[in-house]
Amino acid sequence: MAFKLPKAIDALQFGLLSPDDMRKMSVVRVITADTYDEDGTAIPSGLMDGRLGTIDPGQRCKTCGNRVGECEGHFGHIELARPIMHVGFNKKIYKMLRAICRECSRILLTDEEIYKFRQDISKFEKRWKKKSASMINEILKKAAKTEECPHCQALQSKIRLEKPTTYYEEVKTSKKSKVVERKKLSPSDVRDRLERISNEDCILLGIDSYYARPEWVVLTVLPVPPVAMRPSITLESSIRSEDDLTHKLVDIIRINQRLRENIEAGAPQLIVEDLWELLQYHVTTYFNNEVSGIPPARHRSGRALRTLTQRLKGKEGRFRSNLVGKRVDFSSRTVISPDPNLSINEVGVPEEIAMQLTIPERVTEWNIEELKELVMRGPVNHPGANYIIRQEGLRIDLRFVKEKRNVADSLEPGFIVERHLKDGDIVLFNRQPSLHRMSIMAHKVKVMLYRTFRLNLCVCPPYNADFDGDEMNLHVPQNEEAQAEARTLMLAQEQISSPRYGGPLIGANWDYISASYLLTKKGTFFTKKETMQFIISSGYNKDLPKPEIKEPEELWSGKQIFSLFIPKDTHYTNRAKICHKCPECLEENCKYDAYVTVRHSILKTGVIDKKAIGSQQEGSLLGRILIDQGTDVAREFLDGITKLFIRVLSYKGFTVGFWNIDIPKEAKARIDEILDDAERETRETIDAYRQGILERLSGHTQEETLEMKIMEILSKSRETASDVAGEYLGMENEAVIMAKTGARGSMLNLGQMAACLGQQSVRGARIKRGFKGRTLPHFKHGALDAPSRGFVRNSFRRGLTPIEFFMHACGGREGLVDTAVRTSTSGYMQRRLIHALLDIKAEYDGTVRGAQSEIIQLKYGDDGIDPAKTEHGQSVNIDAIIDRVLKTEVEQS
Amino acid sequence: MSKASTSTPKKDFVTPDTIQKAVTKMNADGLLPHNLTEELVEKLNEREITKKQLTVILNNVKSTFRNALIEPGEAVGVIAAQSIGEPGTQMTLKTFHFAGVAEFTVTQGLPRLIEIVDARRNPSTPMTEVYLDEEHKTDVDKAKEVARRIELTRVENVASNVSIDLSEMTIIIEIELDLLHDKGLDIDNIAETISKGRKVDVNVEGNLIHVNPKMESLKDLQKVLTKIRLMPVKGLTNIKRTQINKDPEKGEYVIYTEGTDFVKTLRIPGVDQTRIYTNHTYEISETLGIEAARNAIIKESIAVLKLQGLDVDLRHITLVADLMTVTGGVKQIGRHGISGEKASVLARASFEITVKHLLEACLTGESDPLKGITENVIVGQMIPLGTGAIDLMMNPLKKRDKLSKKAASKTK
Repeated sequence: MAFKLPKAIDALQFGLLSPDDMRKMSVVRVITADTYDEDGTAIPSGLMDGRLGTIDPGQRCKTCGNRVGECEGHFGHIELARPIMHVGFNKKIYKMLRAICRECSRILLTDEEIYKFRQDISKFEKRWKKKSASMINEILKKAAKTEECPHCQALQSKIRLEKPTTYYEEVKTSKKSKVVERKKLSPSDVRDRLERISNEDCILLGIDSYYARPEWVVLTVLPVPPVAMRPSITLESSIRSEDDLTHKLVDIIRINQRLRENIEAGAPQLIVEDLWELLQYHVTTYFNNEVSGIPPARHRSGRALRTLTQRLKGKEGRFRSNLVGKRVDFSSRTVISPDPNLSINEVGVPEEIAMQLTIPERVTEWNIEELKELVMRGPVNHPGANYIIRQEGLRIDLRFVKEKRNVADSLEPGFIVERHLKDGDIVLFNRQPSLHRMSIMAHKVKVMLYRTFRLNLCVCPPYNADFDGDEMNLHVPQNEEAQAEARTLMLAQEQISSPRYGGPLIGANWDYISASYLLTKKGTFFTKKETMQFIISSGYNKDLPKPEIKEPEELWSGKQIFSLFIPKDTHYTNRAKICHKCPECLEENCKYDAYVTVRHSILKTGVIDKKAIGSQQEGSLLGRILIDQGTDVAREFLDGITKLFIRVLSYKGFTVGFWNIDIPKEAKARIDEILDDAERETRETIDAYRQGILERLSGHTQEETLEMKIMEILSKSRETASDVAGEYLGMENEAVIMAKTGARGSMLNLGQMAACLGQQSVRGARIKRGFKGRTLPHFKHGALDAPSRGFVRNSFRRGLTPIEFFMHACGGREGLVDTAVRTSTSGYMQRRLIHALLDIKAEYDGTVRGAQSEIIQLKYGDDGIDPAKTEHGQSVNIDAIIDRVLKTEVEQS
Repeated sequence: MSKASTSTPKKDFVTPDTIQKAVTKMNADGLLPHNLTEELVEKLNEREITKKQLTVILNNVKSTFRNALIEPGEAVGVIAAQSIGEPGTQMTLKTFHFAGVAEFTVTQGLPRLIEIVDARRNPSTPMTEVYLDEEHKTDVDKAKEVARRIELTRVENVASNVSIDLSEMTIIIEIELDLLHDKGLDIDNIAETISKGRKVDVNVEGNLIHVNPKMESLKDLQKVLTKIRLMPVKGLTNIKRTQINKDPEKGEYVIYTEGTDFVKTLRIPGVDQTRIYTNHTYEISETLGIEAARNAIIKESIAVLKLQGLDVDLRHITLVADLMTVTGGVKQIGRHGISGEKASVLARASFEITVKHLLEACLTGESDPLKGITENVIVGQMIPLGTGAIDLMMNPLKKRDKLSKKAASKTK
């Protein structure tokens, strides 16, 4: 850059440019409407004048002498033949015109009022910005009501604004008469009036005359933005295509020129006025091409031009897409796939990507040999380097270096080597939509074969990722400060606990849960060989405990194996997911083995399932370990057990299939009976309704009552049918294991597959739309019975009839539409919430303050506790502490 | 957990008095909140604890609490916004849901949450829970009586037929006396309300009311007819329906109303003003003040999230509610509230209505202090949040001078 940015910007001052300012900053007065001549050189004093900056690579700017990247462009100007209104200010101009005298331009308030208002404004200005703004409006309104100027006694007339930029004055012919004469106020008239406003009065009009004199809103000079702001593009066919802004400026200059010529030639008033108005139109659309009331200026193809306002506005505008959100280097994106052998802290990066992304490393005495090696390997072999930056700032591209040895030898401390990503580097990993902070976490690189990013399955919930084609982004922090920050604050293990509810968000899922159940349930034993296999490959390298069964063969129980991975000094008690919720809990003696107790890091009773190690579970074993022993231990635990589970599951085998939802004949008969009963009951209810003897529920009509009753009957029948099916599907059934332990699916899903799919609903009611008086032509008019309103009697196993299939599709479609609509509404809500709350931070004094240091809370959350460091919002788990202390005490004594 | 009882009671256990004293001493700096210390004392009293154990426990509690404190500079605002916004994607969009006890529909889920943070003046389904005072709460009939005072009754609600007698040019209202008495009214009440402030003749004949508005044309008569039909006889205009439910736990009757008129409901005799509740947060702020509005926002938000089975820490919700109410009036989250009133021009422009904010800032000669987050992102500076909020204050030149001086003095 040619200029050096100041170190820090303290404040930004907004204001208007005066005509003189515009002339002063201008490097060229643009008078020619053309851009280039035949041989493609820019016409001097044209819109592409070389003095406006350069966009051609290799060419030097005629003003500053810099090349493309360095010259940021220079403004030119157009002298407007007549003053032109600025559209953006039309409301303000209207308000001002109404509030000032048409003769003397003083504000239409008495001296006393002026004094009083000025006092009030100076009182509120500093402390209560919003109040002073609303006061200005009050002043403007009050002044507009005055009919006679208190200063020069001139009679006032009504001002009308004809949108967007024409002002009329309704002059009364005499003081009492009702006859009004409508007179157009030309921009010149308006400018004259505004010019006469005194600086003192400006304050009352809500204008800071130091930065913006009121008359400057009527333009006499128009700045021409530098070419860098409106680059022309050359198409393949070497046809130049100009930017929308250039097109608009061409129009403005052309009309301006004609207007000037006509005025100078003394053309009739009418012609001048027409041209003036046309110029006004062009300038208006140059500023904003979406003004209501006038047609937008169009491109030759019919597309509306994208002028200044459109460039700034909205999601694709400058603000939201370039200023608040920025594009970055050192990033990559590809498809993700799972790898259970990675730690949760790791991410598998394809070698191809690792060779593109680099980290600048400064050469020191200590790493010089290592870096020389990397330079030798060059940009095409994996642990290599792409660039060298010498001390004087010269960049050497290693792709074009023939003799790598020479370059490597020339390396000396102070050089910077841009080396490839290698194992152990820290990177940021992200999946959109980034709804919470866990959507971007730091991982350690593990360079791998093939072309996808690999991640541990436990980090799927925070990213909300699956592997059906999801893609994720990866960013490489480029300096030590950023890397250190990522490592200490953003590493996946530091994000295990969710700040949303104070519990682990990263945890075991799906097959891990099934495996943990299979491993820790009663009666799971393994021989020495098996046990060794499992624990060695899971990273356990200490002694094996004594086997639980010694004779006839040494056997280790699953609980024993699991206990090896529990960190020491862990005590835990909870009910497992499979808990039957018996009215009286037998605790340790639970016959379903659902009461989990861990004492001194030994799993005494209970099976481990979703409740203990799953993500998003409150009061889990994982959460206990996390709080008591910290993130390192929790990560080790999670990495260890998940590896163990994978080994166990692949050893034991686990398959879900059609047979899982197969139920015996008698069960089918029972289900049929239940459904028959339900359908009969529905018919009876409908009959009762038809006869008008259906008892109305309070606050509902007969129809509503009927619908409610039928819904109740049918949903109940589905439930009982599901329960019947459930009776025949035992805990040895893989699908049931998954449902009950929380691995995947629910008993409801199973019931729908095995017994009966049940009532399909649209908008929370039975399906009723379609044909006149019926859902499908297969039914009688006015049919209200179960099948005609979307009750699916069959199960997925048995297969749906075409009609049932249709009804099911109706219900399914609603779900799809619902999600599509929901994402946009909730996204907007979140954007608003974030924008409103993003300045708020916790301060050193414990208060919570906004951007202006205004206090919002005296103590964060009334106790100053970080929810991410709590157990479900509880800052201190007193019971756990007392238990732990008492237990260690018992041990000591 | 029951191990404490099995341990041999040979040691001296501390008395409740010493526990209390120790806890007070431990919390001398007032770091721990009151409810936590109370819970601690209570739980310690349940166990048998030696003095040594007590000190260990208390130290443990204090250090755990210290560790859980929020770190200075933490972007608590963004965390709160994300914590509330993220579950939004998981919420149902279904607008209607039966609200627990009452048998009418109440907006739930995402639309309701948006309504709350928007601080709408007219929520889509306002309702009131009216608790009754000692006299009325246990008796159905008395509860009904109160409900009748609240619920709006129009003439058409008690009339079986309202018609025009063409020959007489009068309106005849046929009153259903059962309905009328059920509402606790008699026919004269109706006649009175109709005649009140109107130039009409009203005659009561059995269950018929003859109204003679002395109109000439049939058109006018018809206009009067509709007016009479919709004429409120009793109750509050905004309340379309009431329902009485029995609270199964407390055994008292509670009236639920569809539609709200909080101020007027408060004045109805028989209403327990201390327990009445409405989901209309704006009305609460108007009648009960800003603190009540804050609590209402928190309570309503929690209710919505809980019903969807979503777990959000209370601290996030209170932060949002506090932000909405700090200035003493309820402010919306969005363009007409907090985001529209930010001190920074760039922050406002980057949210919505970009150009308007920029142009206005020019006229008023506003300056942007660049104290917030968005502004600093825009100009490309470090944001004053988290690790960016920390500055290193060091004058390297001064340091060098000092060092060289030291070196100089050493050589001397």
